[in-house]
Amino acid sequence: MLMPKPNQDVLAKRDYLVTELRRIVADSEAVIDDKDDLRAFECDGLSAYRQLPMIAVLPETVEEISEILTFCAAEGVNVVPRGAGTSLSGGALPLADGVLLGLGKFNKILEIDYENRCMVVQPGVTNLAITDAVKADGFYYAPDPSSQIACTIGGNIAENSGGVHCLKYGLTTNNVLGIEMVTMAGEVIRLGGKHLDAEGYDLLGVITGSEGLLGVITEVTVKILATPEHVSAQLIGFPSSEQAGDCVGKIIGAGIIPAGMEMMDRYAIHAAEEFCQAGYPLDVEALLIVELDGPKVEIEHYSKKIDEIAAACGATVSRTSQNEAERMAFWAGRKAAFPAVGRISPDYMCMDGTIPRSQLPKVLKRMGELSEQYGLRVANVFHAGDGNLHPLILFDANIPGELERCEEFGADILKLCVEVGGVLTGEHGVGIEKRDLMGEMFSEEDLKQQQRLKCAFDPDGRLNPGKVFPILHRCAELGKMHVHNGELPFPDIPRF
Amino acid sequence: MQTTTITSDTQIQDMLDWALAGKHGLAVQGQGSKVALGRPVAADAILDMSGLTGVLLYEPAELVMKAKAGMKVSEVKALLDQQGQKLAFEPPDYGPLLGTAADMGTLGGIFSTNLSGSSRVKSGAARDHLLGVSGFTGRGQTFQTGSRVMKNVTGYDLCKLVAGSYGTLAIATEMTFKVLPKFDTVRTVLVYDADLRAAIACMRDALSSVHDVAAAAYLPAEAAARIPLDYISKPGKSVIALKIEGPKPSATFRCDAMRKIMAPFGDIEVLHSHNSAEFWSLTGNAAPFVGEKAPLWRLSVPPANADRVMSAIKDEGTDCLYFVDWAGGLIWVQLVSESDDGGEAVIRGAIGAEGHATLIRGSETLRRQIAPFQPVSSTVAMLNRRIKNGFDPENILNPGRMYLDEDGQGTH
Repeated sequence: MLMPKPNQDVLAKRDYLVTELRRIVADSEAVIDDKDDLRAFECDGLSAYRQLPMIAVLPETVEEISEILTFCAAEGVNVVPRGAGTSLSGGALPLADGVLLGLGKFNKILEIDYENRCMVVQPGVTNLAITDAVKADGFYYAPDPSSQIACTIGGNIAENSGGVHCLKYGLTTNNVLGIEMVTMAGEVIRLGGKHLDAEGYDLLGVITGSEGLLGVITEVTVKILATPEHVSAQLIGFPSSEQAGDCVGKIIGAGIIPAGMEMMDRYAIHAAEEFCQAGYPLDVEALLIVELDGPKVEIEHYSKKIDEIAAACGATVSRTSQNEAERMAFWAGRKAAFPAVGRISPDYMCMDGTIPRSQLPKVLKRMGELSEQYGLRVANVFHAGDGNLHPLILFDANIPGELERCEEFGADILKLCVEVGGVLTGEHGVGIEKRDLMGEMFSEEDLKQQQRLKCAFDPDGRLNPGKVFPILHRCAELGKMHVHNGELPFPDIPRF
Repeated sequence: MQTTTITSDTQIQDMLDWALAGKHGLAVQGQGSKVALGRPVAADAILDMSGLTGVLLYEPAELVMKAKAGMKVSEVKALLDQQGQKLAFEPPDYGPLLGTAADMGTLGGIFSTNLSGSSRVKSGAARDHLLGVSGFTGRGQTFQTGSRVMKNVTGYDLCKLVAGSYGTLAIATEMTFKVLPKFDTVRTVLVYDADLRAAIACMRDALSSVHDVAAAAYLPAEAAARIPLDYISKPGKSVIALKIEGPKPSATFRCDAMRKIMAPFGDIEVLHSHNSAEFWSLTGNAAPFVGEKAPLWRLSVPPANADRVMSAIKDEGTDCLYFVDWAGGLIWVQLVSESDDGGEAVIRGAIGAEGHATLIRGSETLRRQIAPFQPVSSTVAMLNRRIKNGFDPENILNPGRMYLDEDGQGTH
């Protein structure tokens, strides 16, 4: 994976940068320059790629962040913002010549406002901590990425993270009301707030999912919802993945939007059952978990309809949770599917693409063929309701060439997603992982138009460079590429 | 001013080439039902997009539709209705409010203005339902962003920028959007004769309950009298309206539960499906103000602030007619008192630092003279200018529709 070539001039003044950064932050220990200490930041959830940052800084106030960014901009130093580092696409991978800006100290809940059904929190608060803070009063925050116990709301906004509940309740972008952020120029701005639609260009909407390339978020206002009266889960097994996929489309086509609808294939079912004895049937090829929430009477009404639809689709097993413990057991297997698969293979890579649901049989069949072609096993666990696939490719990094084969296999899966009308990433982000595949989905002009947005916020390209875009442009050059006598303009700019 | 009726992408390309060569401003519009929104555009030609129609993809089981931008919203709604589906953000029809015919609005218009109806409070805004956009930038280049799937984080979400940009960034030719199932039962619980403060508390309790309220509005007696539905206008009292929808057993259960919760706030009635749909359509379209010409403002505020904001407006001695939607988060205010600035100073002063006020209806002179859209900080204004420059460096698309530049020239 090629990253921008480290700037030797920046590396040469490392000591000076450390001294000045220590002058900016109140706690001098918040500037980390020791190699061993920096090791803690060398990768995020995509641990196949590692890079020590030049320096890590852990500020405590918005003023410190503003000063750090102003200073780095003036010194020509790149900055990588980082929350809990749970990104699965290398979005928080450090740069050898960059400052890693850790936001872990921004971990306070600032306000719980039941009158306006919202909360104001700092970006380092974990997703689950938001719900935990209001749970006793009958509220919750809807988006629930699988990593919600560890991932932070700032990171959720950077990646526009999803989760099981976003089928019914939307993604992060649909649940964030406002932010405070600092631009690379050090300016603090507020977008949105406790009110709904703000007029003017929707900068809040475009910051969400921008993978830390446009600004550093320092405060977040999120919408909270009343906790549903009842929740119930249904476990439905099918003799084939095609039948399960067909059932998903028919449930939604019948006008039912479950709170969550997840699917596991045979591989994942067996691995999960072995791992945590969730009580899954082992004689099926595909398993759906359908969660319904609302009043009991509504759950019963929909549950009956779902049973009828499932039976018509050839379901061989259907069980509805009789109590909360049983519902949690149904989910325990699904939630443990990743570590469970980890037990049956030395390594695995989790892919993330979205497809139109109707294409599921075709995609599953083609993935099976690719599995044979590459000689690597694949287990499937995914958000069936919204077509967001998470194929887990099993490999052994100790076998020479297997990681590379796995990467090629993964790329083929993502290309397949685009080919059938889907996208490269549904919730993990592009980061460095899918950066070089962006051309599969966008034309060069589409990508340039996206980069022009980057230029509006960060003209010098200092924030999180090397992520998302396959070619690093300078803003002045966008759309004006002129190759004269075979010489590229700005030959020193790395083009991946 | 010359009008070109667009029926193909080639024509758009030709018009953009012409505009770029001569630095001509282009007014991009559909049926023209929202021309009176925002600042008057300084253009040399009109691009009439209403001929660019047709559904390109509709897969009910996938909850997705892709259609051309000139397609009428009313036609899209009729198509969806046949499959028991809907646009959940309830696109309002401001045609009659702004002095044009009803049912003229187009998809391009509704997404470009990001207008949403009463269910915004639960179902999200127009922008939340826009999945993909194809079209042209002001650079004369084709452009696509987003996709047709619900879950997509590939690259920047430029759909959000296009939504609500009033055609100042790009000419959208095709839009892909999320649709949702229609429920078989809709009920509206009415609570009579509460004042605004009690209404805000009542709507707060309703939305904080487990009963999944889909919309909540409050009409003071004067506004209620202008709604042509007997249950609303005849009692001569203010009315709080709470919308409950779902499959029949659920809607009936929740409606009964809501009646019990709301009992302390006043006398209660319930509207059933037909009347309920009619009421929310009239409310979303701001029916109490149709047929008048006085300046009309739409305020987006934290819901709990609605009472304070209205008191502040009235404390200034401003005579006004108003009603509240989005459980307090949206206030419609029609000024009756005359003032040179159309009430801008009073309205914007009342909402304070948190919230947005938009002049929805005002004379052309007034819309040139004041800022119809909420002014933004200098840093945000700078970012907006750079974004506009990235999409439309020659400022040919709807120049000046939203904001003036520092030198008083219309930019975006």
